[in-house]
Amino acid sequence: MIMLRYAVYRFFTMLLTLLVVSVLIFVIINLPPGDYLSNQIAELQASGQSAGVAKAEFLRKEYALDRPMWQQYMIWMGFMPGPHGFSGLLQGNYGWSFEFDRPVSEIVGDTLWLTVVVNLAAILFVYAVALPLGVIAAARSRTWIDYTSAFVGYLGLATPNFLLALILFYYGHRYFNLPIGGLMDPAYEGLPMSWDKLKSILVHLIVPTFVIGTSGASAMMQRLRANMLDELGKPYVETAIAKGMAPSRMLTKYPLRVAFNPFVADIGNLLPSMVSGSVLVSVVLGLQTIGPTLLTALKTQDQFLSAFILMFVALLTLIGTMISDILLVMLDPRIRYEGRDA
Amino acid sequence: MSKLPDGRYVDDAPFDPQASLQQLERADLDAPNWVLVWRKFRTHKLGLISGVFLLLCYLMLPFAGFIAPYGPNDRNGEHLYAPPQSINWFHDGSFKGPFVYPIVAEADLETFQWKFVPDTEDPRPIRFFCEGSEYKLAGLIKSDTHLFCAPDGATLFLWGSDRLGRDVFSRILYGAQLSLTVGLIGISVSFFLGILFGSIAGYFGGKIDWVINRVIEILRSLPELPLWLALSAAVPSNWSPVAVFFIISIILGILDWPGLARSVRAKFLSLREEEYVRAAEMMGASSGRVIRKHLLPNFMSHLIASATLSIPAMILGETALSFLGLGLRAPAVSWGVMLNDAQNLASIEIYPWTAIPMLPIIVVVLAFNFLGDGLRDSLDPYQQ
Repeated sequence: MIMLRYAVYRFFTMLLTLLVVSVLIFVIINLPPGDYLSNQIAELQASGQSAGVAKAEFLRKEYALDRPMWQQYMIWMGFMPGPHGFSGLLQGNYGWSFEFDRPVSEIVGDTLWLTVVVNLAAILFVYAVALPLGVIAAARSRTWIDYTSAFVGYLGLATPNFLLALILFYYGHRYFNLPIGGLMDPAYEGLPMSWDKLKSILVHLIVPTFVIGTSGASAMMQRLRANMLDELGKPYVETAIAKGMAPSRMLTKYPLRVAFNPFVADIGNLLPSMVSGSVLVSVVLGLQTIGPTLLTALKTQDQFLSAFILMFVALLTLIGTMISDILLVMLDPRIRYEGRDA
Repeated sequence: MSKLPDGRYVDDAPFDPQASLQQLERADLDAPNWVLVWRKFRTHKLGLISGVFLLLCYLMLPFAGFIAPYGPNDRNGEHLYAPPQSINWFHDGSFKGPFVYPIVAEADLETFQWKFVPDTEDPRPIRFFCEGSEYKLAGLIKSDTHLFCAPDGATLFLWGSDRLGRDVFSRILYGAQLSLTVGLIGISVSFFLGILFGSIAGYFGGKIDWVINRVIEILRSLPELPLWLALSAAVPSNWSPVAVFFIISIILGILDWPGLARSVRAKFLSLREEEYVRAAEMMGASSGRVIRKHLLPNFMSHLIASATLSIPAMILGETALSFLGLGLRAPAVSWGVMLNDAQNLASIEIYPWTAIPMLPIIVVVLAFNFLGDGLRDSLDPYQQ
């Protein structure tokens, strides 16, 4: 029951944070001087096309861009009735993309869940790699296994993601015949989910997952190794060895369970950087996630589109952080359920 | 000094067998902190080497123009995408000193590319302390003397040339000026903000602490890159490259401070209950003075170590932004701007040397990591 109360408490703090984040995003989006429509109007007037000007003026009214900033925000969020009553993010209306001349929801549509898939795959990769490597590096510390994994880890941290992506793509295609670019075979695009489509997506996911996950995996591996080393020096480990326990069983039964804690808690730090990484990598590799769309939207000052994508990315990380917090409480009985007023 | 009957000389001062040992220990205990830190840091070989390397890199920056054989935007229309040229020492088995073979572009009619063929019959010695394109030493003194330049009538592309026939090696040296200083400016901003907010939150506690803590949490839970993108998209495109450079490094710093503020706050929370802090307060020191003179020096060294560890993130951040075309823009030269050219698979496959700027990035980032690790390990000299 206390557990449930904590989950509810955590959920409401998340909503509150999201609210603050929405203000922040709205302000950042509106920082650049001018906006898409006024740029367009100026351009059209310069070339003397009055029909276009009328349409742009109409859009301005339609999306309440002629009102003061705070009202624009309230209407965008759906706290305040706009020209067509309540229709903001809360009501499921994501706004209009001026650049593509289509509703935002239509543009992002499919890419939203692909973004989630790419990030989930990367997180799974991080855990699948960091967990065994970190434990082995600690158990066999100061041997070649330790040094090699540390070296690879440092390289993973130091190489810019996008370059790693390009290089892996090139060599992956050359030697393993991995497909280049995209998240699925073009033939499957727009088709309903099928077994072949899933297979195609999985093959296309290999390189992006690897690229996005590497730096996170190496950071997490180093942290797990340090935690494990701390635990391995403790008397209970000695007792377990003296009792004659098999080393692998001893490792997984005691020290790993203690060292595991920060591992879960780290999702909160890991997730934001992974989402960042996936945006960058998607741009380079041409994945159909929201990354490339965000870049175009930002460059053309397409405000509703970029604001929505930023909100979505923030929501993704906030949900991830919330899940990690709740998991942590479930895993570790020592952590108190109440708020952190220590 | 007195002479003994058997002819030996003996010191008159009383002899204390413990004295020399004690003196050593005494000196150790009295040594200032930095001496102890330095002594321990010296044993950390990797950190030491990295530190020296970085020092050399930064010392090189004002003289980039002197070391580079070409200017950053010197074009050579005859040699677009020329491959790296090697410096040779022996020609036909005899020693000739450093020289290069001039390369000539030939059209390959099968692939429709330019092929560069070295003329191995015609060794041309590299010139030293020669006159070349004009540059400003440390941005102040005009000069046109270069450490070495291309032989007459030939080219010297140590690491190849790019899309416009510009020398990659020279551009890397010039690019270092921006790429390496971005981290320093960014970290100063983040350091300032982090210490300011961290110490206010930790020292005063209460409502201010709550507010600052929430801000930190929110900023930390947001993905950095989209925010960087959004903020840099807000930089007007008609600003001069230098202004863009400063604003980009400040943006990098603004989003980096929460991590630092958190650790400062945690330290302050535990330190503000110490007796010496109360004593200082009793004697009427203002809060600002207590923070600056009594609290901060306690863990300044830790802060410097963690700052060293977060510089790489900034360097990589600048690279990523410039790579996407939202950071520094040409004609400014930075490693990220250079990598912009290597953005597609074709250039990796056909002109792999355009991706060379990634090497200095990796090396510098690794060096900062090792240096930071070394500093962190040696900052507590009393701990074994």
